[in-house]
Amino acid sequence: MNPTDTKTMQSATADPDSADAAAPAMIEVENLDFFYGQAQALHDVSIRIPANKVTAFIGPSGCGKSTLLRCFNRMNDLIDVARIDAGRIKIHGVDIHHADVDVIALRRQVGMVFQKSNPFPKSIYENITYGLQIQGVKDRKQLDEVVEKSLRGAALWDEVKDRLHTSGLGLSGGQQQRLCIARAIAVEPSIILMDEPCSALDPIATSKVEELIQQLKTKYTIVIVTHNMQQAGRCSDQTAFFYLGKLIEYSKTEKIFTNPAQKQTEDYITGRFG
Amino acid sequence: MHAPANPFAGQKSSSRSIERVAFGVCRSATYFILLCAACIFGTILFKGAGTVFQTTAPFINVPFLTQAPETLFVFEHEGVKMKMGDKEFRRFKEEKGLPDIAAESYVYSSGGIFPCIVGTVLLVVGSMFIALFIGISSAIYLNEYSTHGRFVTFIRLAILNLAGVPSIVFGLFGVGLFVAFMPLLQNFDNPAAPTLPVGFGHYLNFSGWNVCLLSGWFTLAFMALPVVITASEESLKAVPMGFREGSLALGATKWQSIRTNVLPYALPGMLTSSILGIARVAGETAPIMFTAAYVVRDKMPWDVERPLDMLFQGVMALPYHIYVVSSKIPQNEYTERVQYGAAFVFLVIVMGIALTSILLRIKMRARYRW
Ligand SMILES: Nc1ncnc2c1ncn2[C@@H]1O[C@H](COP(=O)(O)OP(=O)(O)O)[C@@H](O)[C@H]1O
Ligand SMILES: [Mg+2]
Repeated sequence: MNPTDTKTMQSATADPDSADAAAPAMIEVENLDFFYGQAQALHDVSIRIPANKVTAFIGPSGCGKSTLLRCFNRMNDLIDVARIDAGRIKIHGVDIHHADVDVIALRRQVGMVFQKSNPFPKSIYENITYGLQIQGVKDRKQLDEVVEKSLRGAALWDEVKDRLHTSGLGLSGGQQQRLCIARAIAVEPSIILMDEPCSALDPIATSKVEELIQQLKTKYTIVIVTHNMQQAGRCSDQTAFFYLGKLIEYSKTEKIFTNPAQKQTEDYITGRFG
Repeated sequence: MHAPANPFAGQKSSSRSIERVAFGVCRSATYFILLCAACIFGTILFKGAGTVFQTTAPFINVPFLTQAPETLFVFEHEGVKMKMGDKEFRRFKEEKGLPDIAAESYVYSSGGIFPCIVGTVLLVVGSMFIALFIGISSAIYLNEYSTHGRFVTFIRLAILNLAGVPSIVFGLFGVGLFVAFMPLLQNFDNPAAPTLPVGFGHYLNFSGWNVCLLSGWFTLAFMALPVVITASEESLKAVPMGFREGSLALGATKWQSIRTNVLPYALPGMLTSSILGIARVAGETAPIMFTAAYVVRDKMPWDVERPLDMLFQGVMALPYHIYVVSSKIPQNEYTERVQYGAAFVFLVIVMGIALTSILLRIKMRARYRW
């Protein structure tokens, strides 16, 4: 074993920075081992994600970023072969796999925006109100308010206010993705998970979504998976670098990009692999 | 200068003639099928049109479509050859005072086929609802709820096998299960059948439903199930995963997600393919001839004391009627009318169902696109 290997073997610190350790953690992952059938996708991952910050997950594809993200709202429950062998995930200090936790209630608290924008083939209005309607909200006035508030929150109101009752599929790719963000914030979650939200968008649409992320972090805790190093640099407060299912390094974004502690991080950021 | 030899000059070889033969065989096979289809449809449409349409207003032979079958009597009277339906013939005999005039009789060859049309429509509609309900439910279970294990693979295999079961076997299965075994809720203990008392003076008598609409519905529905389940599963698979994930991520329960975000988009495909499948089994004679169809029945299905009795009576049905008139009575100029007429009407009904489902598909496709 050569010295570099030894260096990478040590586990990354769970906290982005010792200075932030005092800040309340919104999501706490402790020693998580995650499997798809026999294949281990996450190895002993521990990470504390602070509230009202943007946390970016970076790393080469297949390193388990999406898997970890989908653990936070238990989307992996949908996959038959997926299982967590060891470790815990706490949100708001509560173990989300505890028997008392209702996955429905959890998902209302932990919203998600997907890589491929997936507006429902319904009107823009119905897309936004979907989350409330399944909760049984029928009051027209309340729904109208939520639609406006969410669309404004997603910086989409001015573009669509005259066509609320046309199909959400008629929007451009970037607008569709912001519609999905609006749909997520309509149910007032405390966390928004974004899995490569801009991977299918052009640069202008991307910068709009990035701006939006900056606005959203005052109200929400945001975790964003991205392939795009510049994006992580631009919009996140702290960055976690994953490699082969392990959390290699986790610290303040400036630090990761200017002075990474691990050689693998440096190699990845400077484009030597990945 | 010597012109270069044409490098693309055709070469006479055996592979060319083989090519021509193969092409010819394939083409004539196709034309042969076309010819057969044209003969069948042509004969039925041409000869049947003579029964169903007429040259004088209202141009459609209304009695044929609205009357019950009657026996046709052919006889000679005062040197004129005459043919009459049963009722008319009796009246004629009374009027003329000729109680025993010699006549040839052909059953079902006069009158119309109204009860058969009614019976077929009832059978198709009822079995369609049952097949759609059971089929769509199990497709949802298989595609959305079940974990993909060995058990589900086994179920799928069983469904595939079901599709290969001959229709007569379905018919006999229907006899064994529905006609002879299914329980009736009655207020007496039937000594001839296994009985389960349910209290309040009522008993479940496993004496079977008898030959009736209900037995026919279930038998036909079971036969259509493989098509319905397969078509429904395909339609469910065609709905993008993102619709499900999107709604689940917003805190929908699985059923909410299926009901609001999967089924509406899968339903058009499910319905159209299923209806086509049901139209096909509706044309089968074997599954209904022991379970629901009567050769002849004077009462119409709605001539019952209590509405529920309607389910527990047999009906006449077009495919069975066609079978009866084409195999149980002689073929001649007097019987041809009903034989081809019934086939014509049946063809039109089945084509109508198929056409409806295709139009439905086109219309719904345009409405739900993503
Ligand atoms: N549904 C699944 N079933 C089995 N293996 C999966 C599934 N999803 C992802 N994986 C595997 O888990 C690993 C991590 O995947 P993922 O979390 O999607 O990576 P990333 O998002 O970082 O590209 C990959 O090796 C991938 O092949
Ligand atoms: Mg991913």
